[in-house]
Amino acid sequence: MPKPSKVQLFHTCIINEVYPEVGLAVVNVLERLDIAVEVPLNQTCCGQPAFNGGFHADARKVARLTVDILSATKGPIIIPSGSCGDMLTHQYHMLFADEPAYLEKSHALSERCHEFSMFLVDVLGIRDLGAHLRASGPGVAAPKSAYHPSCHLLRGLGAKSQPQTLLAQVKGLACAEVKDQEECCGFGGMFSVKNSAISGAMLENKMRNLEASGAETVISCDMGCLLHLAGGLHRKGSTLKVKHLAQVLDEGMSGR
Amino acid sequence: MSHFLDRVETALRDPDLKTALGRATERLGSRRSVSLDSLPDSDAVRDMARRAKLGLLRDLAGNLETFEKNLIKNGVQVHWAEDGAAANRIMVDIAKSRGCKRAVKSKSMATEETHLNHDLLEAGLEVLETDLGEYIVQLAETTPSHIILPIIHMTKESIGKVMHEKIKVPYTSDPEKLAKIARAKLREAFLSADLGITGANFGVVDSGALVLVSNEGNARLVTTLPRVHVAVMGIEKLVPSLSDLDLMIKILARSATGQKITTYTSLVTGPRREGEADGCQEMHVILLDNGRSRILGGPLAEILGCIRCGACLNACPVYKNVGGHAYGDTYPGPIGSIVTPGLRGIKAWKELPDASSLCGACRDVCPVRLDIPRMLLELRKQAVDEASIPWALRIGLWGFGVAASRPWLYRAGAGLFRWASGLMAKSGWIRKLPGLAAGWTRSRDLKAPAPKSFQELWRQRPVRPAPAGKEAAPVR
Ligand code: SF4
Repeated sequence: MPKPSKVQLFHTCIINEVYPEVGLAVVNVLERLDIAVEVPLNQTCCGQPAFNGGFHADARKVARLTVDILSATKGPIIIPSGSCGDMLTHQYHMLFADEPAYLEKSHALSERCHEFSMFLVDVLGIRDLGAHLRASGPGVAAPKSAYHPSCHLLRGLGAKSQPQTLLAQVKGLACAEVKDQEECCGFGGMFSVKNSAISGAMLENKMRNLEASGAETVISCDMGCLLHLAGGLHRKGSTLKVKHLAQVLDEGMSGR
Repeated sequence: MSHFLDRVETALRDPDLKTALGRATERLGSRRSVSLDSLPDSDAVRDMARRAKLGLLRDLAGNLETFEKNLIKNGVQVHWAEDGAAANRIMVDIAKSRGCKRAVKSKSMATEETHLNHDLLEAGLEVLETDLGEYIVQLAETTPSHIILPIIHMTKESIGKVMHEKIKVPYTSDPEKLAKIARAKLREAFLSADLGITGANFGVVDSGALVLVSNEGNARLVTTLPRVHVAVMGIEKLVPSLSDLDLMIKILARSATGQKITTYTSLVTGPRREGEADGCQEMHVILLDNGRSRILGGPLAEILGCIRCGACLNACPVYKNVGGHAYGDTYPGPIGSIVTPGLRGIKAWKELPDASSLCGACRDVCPVRLDIPRMLLELRKQAVDEASIPWALRIGLWGFGVAASRPWLYRAGAGLFRWASGLMAKSGWIRKLPGLAAGWTRSRDLKAPAPKSFQELWRQRPVRPAPAGKEAAPVR
């Protein structure tokens, strides 16, 4: 695909309500690449909470809105969150199996949907954004960061290397090795509420491994995981911070 | 029976369980990936195996008919059991009419499913499990917690304790010594048994052969030493031909234990014939339905392609934390979360499909690439449609659907939530959520909504000049 001059942003409900700064970072990165960003108005949520819980009729209501709003636009749709990306590209087909009109629209839509890191690497062919993080002082070692490969991004969308590729090129950032890196953090949407005890145990394992890695920041491309990890780390009083990949790239590209 | 969430709490409080499970699943997981990598073209083999299994299921009835014909040709007597009780009745009848008194069994999940041992004991027979793990399970009077490694939940110390208490041998936690003691006990039993009971890993349609794989060789003894051999097999465990069997064998042990092949692979083709050196005098196969044909007709049919390797259990972060007994029935882990509600109905088992974060690790490791997350989602839908779901949840998600499909209402709702969470939050974090959401704040805080939503900030953002030569500024 030739480099598009304009993309649509599906900003996800978590970014809209809780982490707007992530949305702005995504926009900044794309605009620095001379890509104009449009934000289709009236978008709400991809419908995953209901779909995940088995409430398909409720999920369909939300998904129809999303399909209609996005179908009315043109060009690539950027989704800065793995699980919403997976929902839009794969799960809508299951949701609309008995609704031919929307099934067809959702198939057309899934061709246009790209998770943020996959868009940069696979579509634009970018590896190095020239991002450079400054050391916090003379002689201070580069901060270590841990990457958390979110399940839906990794296994649902098949992003096995794209975020790491981009991170590896950020100067002034060292990547930490994390034990059981690919294991789920235990979020799983309603799973973290319905099976909060198991989810808590999974979160605990994940935080232990992240802290043992010596990282200062954990970076991910899924807002659900970030919300979950941030909540666990805050409860624990940990100094480990969470960031979306776009925030790291944005910082590095602005020379901050 | 206790509730799923209670069993989970118990499991999570058991430090021994965590140690035992952690050790074993980590070892198995890494051995599996190395071993599967050693198989040339493993992806292609997995695809072929999947095609063979799913293709066969498409005409399961026809394949079963052919299989039955070939079994009979081989001199095997065939019985059909609609449910577990029927299968057990057939077994007891065979045992009684042939005057059998002592049964030895090799590992079989199908007979776990029918609670066969209970019925045999009731009928006055002696039964002994001869797989080492199953033997311990039997001594401990519990059930297997894994489909390949029945005692994965036990440490060697607790195994030593069980053997010390139940068969009065001096306590030791040395696995070799423990195995030796068990073997000596089992040897006696093999020689005196008159009934051998097995399951079947596969049934080969075109030749009527039963395939049993094991690492201990006990399956061979069970099928050859006693006078009568009865195998109980689920009707889905067929493969079309010997060449398909080859595919299954290639991936089974690799996925299960990380071995290239199990130590023993037996193909049993009927009772002893004239001039043969060993084998039973009489052989029976009980074909067990027990809910499988119901699964076959529905959206979970794919699960019948499972070759019971257990890889999905070892990969599942939920299983690794709670172990097999938390799942409450014969089949644990991701596979159990589908098979149990599939066989026994969603109503009584509606919490199992929820016991997954849908991380997809199971689908990644499954040698026949079963889409386990998809089936879990399907079952969650069935649970909502057919089972009793708390009203608060129903209303909550209905409300979500109504609001999130009307942007103005959604914005109003989000505003309301922003206001309410402002009251609950302390410096941007909520420590305690009310009602259904309380589970979240049990082990983590919730970041409160930002003062302004992304869309609000976006609208306030100064319009940037368009890059030279490009179209006008982005639409706001
Ligand atoms: S579902 Fe797949 S991985 Fe799990 S036991 Fe069956 S064959 Fe093995």
